[in-house]
Amino acid sequence: MSNIYKEIQKRILVLDGAMGTMLQQYKFSEEDFRGDRFKDYTSPLKGNNDLLSITQPEAVKEVHRKYFYAGADIVETNTFSGTRIAMADYKMENLVYELNYQSAKIAKEVAQEVTRKEPYKPRFVAGSIGPTNRTASMSPDVNDPGYRAVTFDELRIAYKEQTEALLDGGVDLLLVETVFDTLNAKAALFAIEEVKSERLIDVPVMVSGTITDASGRTLSGQTAEAFLISISHIPLLSVGFNCALGANLLQPHLEAIASKTVFAISAHPNAGLPNAFGEYDETPEEMASQIEEYLKKDLINIIGGCCGTTPNHITAIAELAKKYQPRQIKIVV
Amino acid sequence: MTKNSERYMRLSGLEPLIITPESNFINVGERTNVAGSRKFLRLIKEEKFDEALAIARHQVDGGAQILDINMDDGLIDGKEAMVRFLNLIAAEPDICRIPLMIDSSKWEIIEAGLQVVQGKCVVNSISLKEGEEKFIWEATQIKRYGAAVIIMAFDEEGQADNYQRRIEIAERSYKVLVNKVGFTPEDIIFDLNIFPVATGMEEHRQNAIDFIEATRWVRQNLPHASVSGGVSNVSFSFRGNNTVREAMHSVFLYYAIQAGMNIGIVNPTMLEIYDDIPKDLLEYIEDVILDRRDDATERLLDFAETVKGVKKENDEKALEWRNLPLQKRITHSLVKGIDAYIIEDAEEARLSVERPLHVIEGHLMTGMNVVGDLFGTGKMFLPQVVKSARVMKKAVSHLNPFIQAEKGEEQKALGKILMATVKGDVHDIGKNIVSVVLGCNNYKIIDLGVMVPPEKIIEAAKREDVDAIGLSGLITPSLDEMVYLAKEMERQNFEIPLLIGGATTSRAHTAVKIDTQYNNAVVHVNDASRAVTVVGDLLNENSKVEYIAKQKEDYENFRKKFLKRGKTKAYISLKDAREKKFKIDWQESTISKPKELGIQTLEQLSLKEIVPYIDWSPFFRSWDLHGKFPNILTDEVVGEQATILFDDAKKMLKEIISKQSLKPKAIFGLFEANSVNHDDILISKKGKEVVTFRTLRQQLKKREGKSSFALADFIAPLDSGKQDYMGAFCTTIFGAYELTEIYKKQEDDYNAIMAQALADRLAEAFAEYLHFKVRTSHWGYSSNENLTNEELIEENYKGIRPAPGYPACPDHLEKETIWELLKVEEKIGVKLTESLAMWPAASVSGYYFANQEAGYFGLGKITKDQLTDYANRKNITEVEATKWLNPILKN
Repeated sequence: MSNIYKEIQKRILVLDGAMGTMLQQYKFSEEDFRGDRFKDYTSPLKGNNDLLSITQPEAVKEVHRKYFYAGADIVETNTFSGTRIAMADYKMENLVYELNYQSAKIAKEVAQEVTRKEPYKPRFVAGSIGPTNRTASMSPDVNDPGYRAVTFDELRIAYKEQTEALLDGGVDLLLVETVFDTLNAKAALFAIEEVKSERLIDVPVMVSGTITDASGRTLSGQTAEAFLISISHIPLLSVGFNCALGANLLQPHLEAIASKTVFAISAHPNAGLPNAFGEYDETPEEMASQIEEYLKKDLINIIGGCCGTTPNHITAIAELAKKYQPRQIKIVV
Repeated sequence: MTKNSERYMRLSGLEPLIITPESNFINVGERTNVAGSRKFLRLIKEEKFDEALAIARHQVDGGAQILDINMDDGLIDGKEAMVRFLNLIAAEPDICRIPLMIDSSKWEIIEAGLQVVQGKCVVNSISLKEGEEKFIWEATQIKRYGAAVIIMAFDEEGQADNYQRRIEIAERSYKVLVNKVGFTPEDIIFDLNIFPVATGMEEHRQNAIDFIEATRWVRQNLPHASVSGGVSNVSFSFRGNNTVREAMHSVFLYYAIQAGMNIGIVNPTMLEIYDDIPKDLLEYIEDVILDRRDDATERLLDFAETVKGVKKENDEKALEWRNLPLQKRITHSLVKGIDAYIIEDAEEARLSVERPLHVIEGHLMTGMNVVGDLFGTGKMFLPQVVKSARVMKKAVSHLNPFIQAEKGEEQKALGKILMATVKGDVHDIGKNIVSVVLGCNNYKIIDLGVMVPPEKIIEAAKREDVDAIGLSGLITPSLDEMVYLAKEMERQNFEIPLLIGGATTSRAHTAVKIDTQYNNAVVHVNDASRAVTVVGDLLNENSKVEYIAKQKEDYENFRKKFLKRGKTKAYISLKDAREKKFKIDWQESTISKPKELGIQTLEQLSLKEIVPYIDWSPFFRSWDLHGKFPNILTDEVVGEQATILFDDAKKMLKEIISKQSLKPKAIFGLFEANSVNHDDILISKKGKEVVTFRTLRQQLKKREGKSSFALADFIAPLDSGKQDYMGAFCTTIFGAYELTEIYKKQEDDYNAIMAQALADRLAEAFAEYLHFKVRTSHWGYSSNENLTNEELIEENYKGIRPAPGYPACPDHLEKETIWELLKVEEKIGVKLTESLAMWPAASVSGYYFANQEAGYFGLGKITKDQLTDYANRKNITEVEATKWLNPILKN
């Protein structure tokens, strides 16, 4: 049984905050993104944050380090778009294995470095598996509702490749996150199950959906509970929600699932809703006070931040998490 | 956490379905099965997927909690049909809210189905038929896909046909699934084979009772598993005798459910109510099902002969209400909106009373009062009430000849209300709805129609001696018409209440501008459900004085507050506003030259092309059903009515398309343009002026750094040296008025209003469609745009299409410029009324701006200096300008 199962029973685990927000502060140029290795690459690469794990590994490691020292127990690898489907935008399909492997490896190095300094608090690396930029159960074509831009098998194969590379790179767990179409997540879970049975291993899996509007449904139309039911067929470490809405708007959806699952509950909301300029301006204190409501209601096992959150947010959240007991769970393995 | 440890089967579509011991029997809809429904098979073969979807929707509406889908037929590509149909279902939230059952004997079809469904479905089915290895592999895959599974009682030896074999196979399957595959036991459903009884074969006698007993065993010995089956098999030997079959299904289910069968495929129209089965038939059937007598089959067969030929209608049960007493039948017809029997019942009522009028005042009004009460307490919704009115009218028109033959007095109404859409305005859906609702509540309605001049309203009100006048309007110039009419009523010493309604009206305008003109009651009524109570209060002899006084006082208070609030807003001069205009960097900004300059018309387009662009939410709003489409269809309160309304709308839409009873036409043009003198846009052709659009500029004082917008800011100024472009358009739907009149003649207000509402939506959808085509091809500045309909409705695209009369350019006068520029009337026949409303009413006109930075804004109020400037620019008098800009003029 992985270490994390023990830790999660003892206390509320803290997940890191946004990677993108932190990397933006470096103001990397097209040249920085390219580094030496890709200086002659044919397509523009600025904005391909995942690539920075190869071209600017020290920056990525520094972000991980900041989050760990801010109080995170788990950091996510810099692989949100690390599938061949999402990487097609940059014509980097063939780099997917290396991207994930390197991202996992450097995150793990930092985790081990910090754990060595603070052995009483083991640090973990979660392989981030994003939703890709396509939806398997919705049509992008208004005139042809039966059309699909991606198939289950295409997703399954892409996710399998990512999963294998993340595991080879040394991640402790996998995080299927920002699920806006449950069918995409089911393809990821299918791929993970395949890898598990082929390698005869177990690996803890977190699933985190995203509820995009106030109607309380995912983009693909499911209620929070229907989403929970649709992904509960394999044993998960945790299920929860992240991104889209700020912490206060997320609460009812966490409540909707917390009483209906034996899995741990996770949440990593944005720092509020984006303002008119697309920026997130909720302060660490504001966000922490919202999150304290979850903790008071005994809803949470894993807590962190998504878009717009920084190490300061994580420090505030971690300080708070120390004061509360985790929600009681039954581990299903 | 206590709930969590309960092991219930949990399925999901868009919504959860949890099957607990307390759940009622779970009914699986089975009409979407090519093996079970000839019609469905034909539709799939002919690729009529729309109609196939309608069958699915009908099943869900009929109460199916899981939808079984089967495409196993030799003549179709089952895998492709399954994927196609499931993908289409995924786009129909009213269908895919329930979990699906993927039904096939072919693994490849099952797997293809599992790959396209996001929710947790049920696989129907797998079995040990081809050995344990294949069974384990399939079950493992199903588990990974996250579905529940039906296990057929079938193994290497064949199908289980007795009690012992059923439980053996069930137990073995269960153990393999739970122990070797790790399958969750609550996700296992056994189909224990329902076979026919009363076949005459000795070995079939036990078929039903074996199933029932095996069910009991499974539920007691295989924890958390469920039991299902296809019920109609049991009565197979009585094909053609539905009376017996329906009773057999009920009896079988009665016992099977007691034994623990919790899921099943049952055709609800083939089911008798257990308590309604005649005692003798019940006894014979129970003998057969439970195998109680050696001669059970013979006795049932003999008895069956006696009920054969008594062909029951499918909906007989639904017609039980026909046995109720007369008044209850009439009330039922009115409440449910059923018009099939109302003439028959009205006639029966007529013969039972002294005078035909008494039927209207008695029976029908009693029924309508129930409708009114239900509506008033929110238990009925507007579309239903309009249907009730349709039934009422049908009854009344049957009775009218008798009433006239008597030459007796007229039907005594609670009051007479004159309704009219004011001069220059053509919109009347809201007015029609209010008329219908008041009509239902026993008010006599004198409807003068649309574009009614004030002198005609006054004259008709006097002649008919009405008790109140209701005015409606949608465009801003109508507001002044209403003020004028209130003045006239005051001048001519009217003493009846004036009701104000319509999209452009408001409580504020009514209180500030109309109420002050007229000493009697003026009331703003903007939704139909309020109209009845307001009119009731206004006309009630006992309370009206008090009510009117209170109404006046309310408006007085409102005015005081409103006027005070108005003073706090500060405005800047036009000159200052121009200084603060929205500045685009024209040296940097991308200007795309339209691919096709000049004017084009579209007259041959099929409505089908437009339909996908419909924004349905406003359609429901026009029926007083509030909520966002498609969520409104599943809304707890109005969902059911919204769904019925939506189905009716789609039905009518289909008919309109097939009969081409509505005709879309459009015209648009793309032109060279530059802004001049800050606020004007000069349209030119090869450098020569064609027309000039006058735009208005925001003057409300804003925070430092915020711009004061005018539409002209989105076009490059002449002195920038850049050639810019803009467009103008008009889309319209012809035929709505004619179609509405046909329905009105048939006393069918429901469909009359429906036709109008649809035409309005189509005109808007057409504008959306045309804008899309302009962006992506005719102008082509956004050629690789790929937005969903929702994103279109949310206006996520680049460029805007503001319409004169709406917030960015509330000035209707500029429509005349568009008409002049495009030759709208000559080319496609859309006219402007004296108030500059468009006719046909279902029309949309406006401008196209393509600049990346162009956005919608609200003009707000303007001050006198801009009015003067505008009048000068446009070369009209200030009086004339004031007439049009009055609603936006700061006072």
